[in-house]
Amino acid sequence: MATSDIGDIQVAERALQHHFADMEQQRETSSFGMWMFLLTEIMFFSGLFCAYLVYRASYYHAFVEGSQKMNITLGATNTAVLICSSLTMALGVRAAQMGKPKLMAILLLITILFGFGFLGIKAVEYHEHWVNHEFPGPNFHFETGDPAHPATDAQHTEIYFSLYWAMTGLHALHMVIGIGLVAWLVIAGLMGAYTPHYYNPVENVGLYWHFVDLVWIYLFPMLYLISKKHGG
Amino acid sequence: MAKHAEHNEETGSVGHIAPAKLYVAIWAILMVLTLTTVLVSMVDIGPMNIVVALVIATIKGTLVVLFFMHLRYSPKLTMATVIAAVFWLFLLLSLTMTDYLTRAWSTYPGR
Repeated sequence: MATSDIGDIQVAERALQHHFADMEQQRETSSFGMWMFLLTEIMFFSGLFCAYLVYRASYYHAFVEGSQKMNITLGATNTAVLICSSLTMALGVRAAQMGKPKLMAILLLITILFGFGFLGIKAVEYHEHWVNHEFPGPNFHFETGDPAHPATDAQHTEIYFSLYWAMTGLHALHMVIGIGLVAWLVIAGLMGAYTPHYYNPVENVGLYWHFVDLVWIYLFPMLYLISKKHGG
Repeated sequence: MAKHAEHNEETGSVGHIAPAKLYVAIWAILMVLTLTTVLVSMVDIGPMNIVVALVIATIKGTLVVLFFMHLRYSPKLTMATVIAAVFWLFLLLSLTMTDYLTRAWSTYPGR
Protein backbone atom coordinates (compact mmCIF):
# COMPACT_ATOMS: atom_id res chain seq x y z
CA MET A 1 0.00 0.00 0.00
CA ALA A 2 1.91 2.98 -1.23
CA THR A 3 0.03 6.15 -0.51
CA SER A 4 1.68 9.24 -1.89
CA ASP A 5 2.24 12.14 0.45
CA ILE A 6 -0.16 14.31 -1.50
CA GLY A 7 -2.90 11.68 -1.36
CA ASP A 8 -2.34 11.32 2.32
CA ILE A 9 -2.65 15.02 2.99
CA GLN A 10 -5.84 15.21 0.91
CA VAL A 11 -7.43 12.42 2.91
CA ALA A 12 -6.32 14.12 6.11
CA GLU A 13 -7.79 17.45 5.05
CA ARG A 14 -11.05 15.79 4.12
CA ALA A 15 -11.12 14.14 7.51
CA LEU A 16 -10.54 17.37 9.47
CA GLN A 17 -13.88 18.88 10.43
CA HIS A 18 -14.09 22.66 10.25
CA HIS A 19 -14.77 23.14 13.97
CA PHE A 20 -11.41 21.67 15.01
CA ALA A 21 -8.11 23.52 14.90
CA ASP A 22 -6.04 20.52 13.81
CA MET A 23 -6.01 16.74 13.54
CA GLU A 24 -4.54 16.33 17.01
CA GLN A 25 -7.33 18.32 18.64
CA GLN A 26 -9.92 16.41 16.62
CA ARG A 27 -8.43 13.07 17.67
CA GLU A 28 -8.32 13.98 21.35
CA THR A 29 -11.89 15.28 21.27
CA SER A 30 -13.20 12.17 19.55
CA SER A 31 -11.35 9.91 21.97
CA PHE A 32 -12.67 11.92 24.95
CA GLY A 33 -16.21 11.55 23.61
CA MET A 34 -15.71 7.78 23.39
CA TRP A 35 -14.44 7.66 26.98
CA MET A 36 -17.52 9.60 28.13
CA PHE A 37 -19.70 7.02 26.37
CA LEU A 38 -17.76 4.20 28.01
CA LEU A 39 -18.29 5.90 31.38
CA THR A 40 -22.07 5.65 30.84
CA GLU A 41 -21.54 2.02 29.81
CA ILE A 42 -19.74 1.36 33.10
CA MET A 43 -22.73 2.76 34.99
CA PHE A 44 -25.04 0.65 32.78
CA PHE A 45 -23.24 -2.56 33.76
CA SER A 46 -22.80 -1.34 37.36
CA GLY A 47 -26.54 -1.59 37.99
CA LEU A 48 -26.25 -5.33 37.38
CA PHE A 49 -23.03 -5.63 39.39
CA CYS A 50 -24.75 -3.81 42.27
CA ALA A 51 -27.79 -6.12 42.10
CA TYR A 52 -25.39 -9.08 42.12
CA LEU A 53 -23.63 -7.72 45.22
CA VAL A 54 -26.89 -7.10 47.12
CA TYR A 55 -28.37 -10.53 46.36
CA ARG A 56 -25.10 -12.33 46.93
CA ALA A 57 -24.88 -10.73 50.38
CA SER A 58 -28.50 -11.72 51.05
CA TYR A 59 -28.55 -15.26 49.66
CA TYR A 60 -24.95 -16.33 49.93
CA HIS A 61 -25.55 -20.11 50.03
CA ALA A 62 -27.92 -20.04 47.09
CA PHE A 63 -25.29 -18.13 45.09
CA VAL A 64 -22.59 -20.63 46.06
CA GLU A 65 -24.78 -23.51 44.93
CA GLY A 66 -25.66 -21.78 41.69
CA SER A 67 -22.04 -21.09 40.80
CA GLN A 68 -21.15 -24.78 41.27
CA LYS A 69 -22.97 -25.29 37.95
CA MET A 70 -20.56 -23.05 36.07
CA ASN A 71 -18.10 -24.66 33.69
CA ILE A 72 -14.79 -23.12 34.77
CA THR A 73 -12.83 -24.68 31.88
CA LEU A 74 -15.07 -23.04 29.29
CA GLY A 75 -15.18 -19.78 31.26
CA ALA A 76 -11.38 -19.62 31.56
CA THR A 77 -10.96 -20.51 27.88
CA ASN A 78 -13.29 -17.67 26.98
CA THR A 79 -11.30 -15.28 29.17
CA ALA A 80 -8.14 -16.30 27.30
CA VAL A 81 -9.91 -15.91 23.93
CA LEU A 82 -10.98 -12.36 24.85
CA ILE A 83 -7.47 -11.43 26.02
CA CYS A 84 -6.05 -12.69 22.71
CA SER A 85 -8.70 -10.69 20.82
CA SER A 86 -7.68 -7.58 22.77
CA LEU A 87 -4.05 -8.12 21.74
CA THR A 88 -4.93 -8.40 18.03
CA MET A 89 -7.22 -5.36 18.39
CA ALA A 90 -4.44 -3.30 20.02
CA LEU A 91 -2.00 -4.37 17.28
CA GLY A 92 -4.68 -3.55 14.69
CA VAL A 93 -4.99 0.01 16.01
CA ARG A 94 -1.20 0.21 15.94
CA ALA A 95 -1.16 -0.88 12.29
CA ALA A 96 -3.69 1.86 11.51
CA GLN A 97 -1.48 4.41 13.29
CA MET A 98 1.45 3.33 11.16
CA GLY A 99 -0.54 3.51 7.93
CA LYS A 100 -0.65 -0.21 7.15
CA PRO A 101 -4.29 -0.86 6.14
CA LYS A 102 -3.72 -4.45 4.95
CA LEU A 103 -2.00 -5.46 8.18
CA MET A 104 -4.79 -3.74 10.09
CA ALA A 105 -7.44 -5.66 8.12
CA ILE A 106 -5.71 -9.00 8.85
CA LEU A 107 -5.37 -8.26 12.56
CA LEU A 108 -8.97 -7.08 12.83
CA LEU A 109 -10.22 -10.17 10.97
CA ILE A 110 -8.39 -12.32 13.55
CA THR A 111 -10.07 -10.20 16.25
CA ILE A 112 -13.46 -10.99 14.67
CA LEU A 113 -12.59 -14.71 14.64
CA PHE A 114 -11.76 -14.57 18.36
CA GLY A 115 -15.05 -12.73 18.88
CA PHE A 116 -17.00 -15.52 17.17
CA GLY A 117 -14.95 -18.06 19.13
CA PHE A 118 -16.06 -16.41 22.36
CA LEU A 119 -19.72 -16.38 21.32
CA GLY A 120 -19.50 -20.01 20.18
CA ILE A 121 -18.12 -21.18 23.52
CA LYS A 122 -20.71 -19.03 25.30
CA ALA A 123 -23.43 -20.70 23.21
CA VAL A 124 -22.20 -24.15 24.32
CA GLU A 125 -22.44 -23.02 27.95
CA TYR A 126 -25.88 -21.47 27.43
CA HIS A 127 -27.06 -24.74 25.87
CA GLU A 128 -25.79 -26.74 28.86
CA HIS A 129 -27.64 -24.44 31.28
CA TRP A 130 -30.76 -24.49 29.13
CA VAL A 131 -31.06 -28.30 28.98
CA ASN A 132 -30.35 -28.50 32.72
CA HIS A 133 -33.35 -26.21 33.42
CA GLU A 134 -31.03 -23.49 34.69
CA PHE A 135 -32.88 -20.74 32.87
CA PRO A 136 -35.14 -18.62 35.14
CA GLY A 137 -38.82 -19.01 34.44
CA PRO A 138 -41.54 -21.71 34.61
CA ASN A 139 -39.13 -24.49 33.59
CA PHE A 140 -36.47 -23.58 36.14
CA HIS A 141 -35.51 -26.55 38.26
CA PHE A 142 -32.75 -26.79 40.81
CA GLU A 143 -31.94 -29.58 43.26
CA THR A 144 -30.50 -27.83 46.25
CA GLY A 145 -27.87 -29.59 48.28
CA ASP A 146 -28.83 -27.69 51.45
CA PRO A 147 -31.42 -29.73 53.39
CA ALA A 148 -32.17 -26.83 55.73
CA HIS A 149 -33.99 -24.64 53.19
CA PRO A 150 -34.42 -26.67 50.00
CA ALA A 151 -37.36 -24.70 48.57
CA THR A 152 -36.11 -21.21 49.47
CA ASP A 153 -32.60 -21.95 48.27
CA ALA A 154 -33.83 -23.22 44.92
CA GLN A 155 -35.83 -20.01 44.56
CA HIS A 156 -32.86 -17.87 45.46
CA THR A 157 -30.61 -19.83 43.11
CA GLU A 158 -33.03 -18.70 40.41
CA ILE A 159 -32.00 -15.13 41.29
CA TYR A 160 -28.36 -16.12 40.75
CA PHE A 161 -29.21 -17.54 37.33
CA SER A 162 -31.32 -14.48 36.44
CA LEU A 163 -28.28 -12.32 37.09
CA TYR A 164 -25.98 -14.78 35.30
CA TRP A 165 -28.11 -14.71 32.13
CA ALA A 166 -28.67 -10.94 32.30
CA MET A 167 -25.00 -10.06 32.85
CA THR A 168 -23.47 -12.51 30.38
CA GLY A 169 -26.31 -11.83 27.93
CA LEU A 170 -25.73 -8.07 28.00
CA HIS A 171 -22.01 -8.74 27.62
CA ALA A 172 -22.63 -11.07 24.67
CA LEU A 173 -24.82 -8.41 23.05
CA HIS A 174 -21.89 -6.01 23.34
CA MET A 175 -19.66 -8.62 21.68
CA VAL A 176 -22.09 -8.92 18.76
CA ILE A 177 -22.16 -5.12 18.33
CA GLY A 178 -18.33 -5.07 18.64
CA ILE A 179 -17.92 -7.69 15.90
CA GLY A 180 -20.18 -5.61 13.63
CA LEU A 181 -18.12 -2.47 14.29
CA VAL A 182 -14.79 -4.23 13.68
CA ALA A 183 -16.15 -5.67 10.41
CA TRP A 184 -17.04 -2.11 9.35
CA LEU A 185 -13.45 -1.01 10.15
CA VAL A 186 -12.02 -3.80 7.98
CA ILE A 187 -14.10 -2.74 4.97
CA ALA A 188 -13.53 1.00 5.44
CA GLY A 189 -9.84 0.38 6.12
CA LEU A 190 -9.34 -1.59 2.91
CA MET A 191 -11.11 1.22 1.04
CA GLY A 192 -8.45 3.58 2.34
CA ALA A 193 -10.49 5.52 4.88
CA TYR A 194 -7.77 5.65 7.51
CA THR A 195 -4.34 7.22 7.53
CA PRO A 196 -1.78 7.87 10.28
CA HIS A 197 -3.39 11.34 10.52
CA TYR A 198 -6.93 10.08 10.76
CA TYR A 199 -7.80 6.80 12.44
CA ASN A 200 -10.30 7.98 15.07
CA PRO A 201 -12.90 5.29 14.30
CA VAL A 202 -10.26 2.56 14.65
CA GLU A 203 -9.06 4.01 17.96
CA ASN A 204 -12.62 4.35 19.31
CA VAL A 205 -13.84 0.91 18.27
CA GLY A 206 -10.63 -0.39 19.85
CA LEU A 207 -11.57 1.35 23.11
CA TYR A 208 -15.03 -0.22 22.91
CA TRP A 209 -13.59 -3.69 22.30
CA HIS A 210 -11.17 -3.44 25.22
CA PHE A 211 -13.99 -2.16 27.43
CA VAL A 212 -16.05 -5.26 26.64
CA ASP A 213 -12.98 -7.35 27.52
CA LEU A 214 -12.70 -5.39 30.78
CA VAL A 215 -16.31 -6.21 31.74
CA TRP A 216 -15.62 -9.91 31.20
CA ILE A 217 -12.46 -9.71 33.32
CA TYR A 218 -14.79 -8.91 36.26
CA LEU A 219 -17.72 -11.15 35.23
CA PHE A 220 -15.52 -14.24 35.08
CA PRO A 221 -14.33 -14.27 38.73
CA MET A 222 -17.66 -13.02 40.09
CA LEU A 223 -19.86 -15.59 38.37
CA TYR A 224 -17.49 -18.54 38.02
CA LEU A 225 -14.72 -18.43 40.58
CA ILE A 226 -15.31 -16.75 43.92
CA SER A 227 -17.82 -19.25 45.29
CA LYS A 228 -16.20 -22.40 44.02
CA LYS A 229 -14.54 -23.04 47.36
CA HIS A 230 -16.08 -21.48 50.39
CA GLY A 231 -15.02 -21.75 53.98
CA GLY A 232 -18.36 -20.87 55.53
CA MET B 1 2.50 12.41 32.94
CA ALA B 2 2.95 10.88 29.56
CA LYS B 3 3.52 13.12 26.61
CA HIS B 4 0.35 13.01 24.56
CA ALA B 5 0.80 15.50 21.79
CA GLU B 6 3.93 13.97 20.33
CA HIS B 7 3.91 13.27 16.66
CA ASN B 8 5.57 10.15 15.42
CA GLU B 9 8.44 11.22 13.23
CA GLU B 10 8.49 8.19 10.96
CA THR B 11 4.83 8.05 9.98
CA GLY B 12 3.68 11.56 10.89
CA SER B 13 0.94 9.90 12.91
CA VAL B 14 -0.98 11.92 15.45
CA GLY B 15 -0.93 10.16 18.79
CA HIS B 16 1.50 7.88 20.53
CA ILE B 17 2.46 4.55 18.95
CA ALA B 18 3.35 1.95 21.56
CA PRO B 19 5.86 -0.77 20.60
CA ALA B 20 4.32 -4.11 19.59
CA LYS B 21 6.55 -5.88 22.13
CA LEU B 22 4.82 -3.95 24.93
CA TYR B 23 1.40 -5.20 23.80
CA VAL B 24 2.66 -8.79 23.63
CA ALA B 25 4.18 -8.46 27.12
CA ILE B 26 0.87 -7.13 28.51
CA TRP B 27 -0.95 -10.02 26.80
CA ALA B 28 1.44 -12.54 28.40
CA ILE B 29 0.93 -11.03 31.88
CA LEU B 30 -2.86 -11.11 31.40
CA MET B 31 -2.73 -14.79 30.38
CA VAL B 32 -0.57 -15.71 33.38
CA LEU B 33 -2.90 -13.80 35.74
CA THR B 34 -5.92 -15.61 34.28
CA LEU B 35 -4.27 -18.97 34.89
CA THR B 36 -3.31 -17.86 38.41
CA THR B 37 -6.83 -16.78 39.33
CA VAL B 38 -8.28 -20.07 38.09
CA LEU B 39 -5.72 -22.14 40.04
CA VAL B 40 -6.21 -20.09 43.22
CA SER B 41 -9.99 -20.57 42.99
CA MET B 42 -9.44 -24.34 43.35
CA VAL B 43 -7.74 -23.95 46.72
CA ASP B 44 -9.88 -23.22 49.78
CA ILE B 45 -8.37 -20.18 51.50
CA GLY B 46 -11.65 -18.97 53.03
CA PRO B 47 -12.61 -15.33 52.52
CA MET B 48 -9.25 -14.73 50.83
CA ASN B 49 -10.58 -16.48 47.70
CA ILE B 50 -12.77 -13.46 46.96
CA VAL B 51 -10.01 -10.98 47.79
CA VAL B 52 -7.45 -12.70 45.55
CA ALA B 53 -9.94 -13.06 42.67
CA LEU B 54 -10.94 -9.40 42.77
CA VAL B 55 -7.38 -8.11 43.25
CA ILE B 56 -6.21 -10.13 40.22
CA ALA B 57 -9.21 -8.89 38.19
CA THR B 58 -8.36 -5.31 39.14
CA ILE B 59 -4.69 -5.73 38.16
CA LYS B 60 -5.81 -7.18 34.81
CA GLY B 61 -8.33 -4.40 34.30
CA THR B 62 -5.76 -1.73 35.11
CA LEU B 63 -3.29 -3.19 32.58
CA VAL B 64 -5.99 -3.26 29.88
CA VAL B 65 -7.01 0.36 30.56
CA LEU B 66 -3.47 1.72 30.85
CA PHE B 67 -1.90 0.03 27.84
CA PHE B 68 -4.48 -1.50 25.47
CA MET B 69 -6.75 1.52 25.91
CA HIS B 70 -3.76 3.93 25.79
CA LEU B 71 -4.74 5.72 29.01
CA ARG B 72 -1.05 6.01 29.88
CA TYR B 73 -0.53 8.11 26.74
CA SER B 74 -3.79 10.05 26.96
CA PRO B 75 -4.50 13.62 28.08
CA LYS B 76 -5.18 14.30 31.76
CA LEU B 77 -8.81 14.95 30.88
CA THR B 78 -9.19 11.30 29.90
CA MET B 79 -7.53 10.23 33.12
CA ALA B 80 -10.03 12.40 35.03
CA THR B 81 -12.90 10.71 33.15
CA VAL B 82 -11.70 7.28 34.18
CA ILE B 83 -11.20 8.31 37.81
CA ALA B 84 -14.73 9.82 37.78
CA ALA B 85 -16.11 6.51 36.51
CA VAL B 86 -14.39 4.55 39.27
CA PHE B 87 -15.54 7.11 41.87
CA TRP B 88 -19.20 6.93 40.78
CA LEU B 89 -19.00 3.16 40.75
CA PHE B 90 -17.66 3.32 44.32
CA LEU B 91 -20.55 5.63 45.33
CA LEU B 92 -23.14 3.33 43.79
CA LEU B 93 -21.81 0.17 45.43
CA SER B 94 -20.83 1.61 48.83
CA LEU B 95 -24.00 3.65 49.45
CA THR B 96 -26.21 0.74 48.36
CA MET B 97 -24.38 -1.71 50.59
CA THR B 98 -24.32 0.57 53.64
CA ASP B 99 -28.10 0.58 53.30
CA TYR B 100 -28.67 -3.15 52.75
CA LEU B 101 -26.09 -4.39 55.23
CA THR B 102 -27.33 -2.20 58.09
CA ARG B 103 -31.02 -3.08 57.91
CA ALA B 104 -31.37 -4.94 61.19
CA TRP B 105 -35.06 -5.59 60.50
CA SER B 106 -34.50 -7.49 57.28
CA THR B 107 -33.85 -11.20 57.36
CA TYR B 108 -31.45 -13.07 55.16
CA PRO B 109 -32.73 -16.65 54.87
CA GLY B 110 -29.71 -17.67 52.82
CA ARG B 111 -27.25 -16.88 55.58
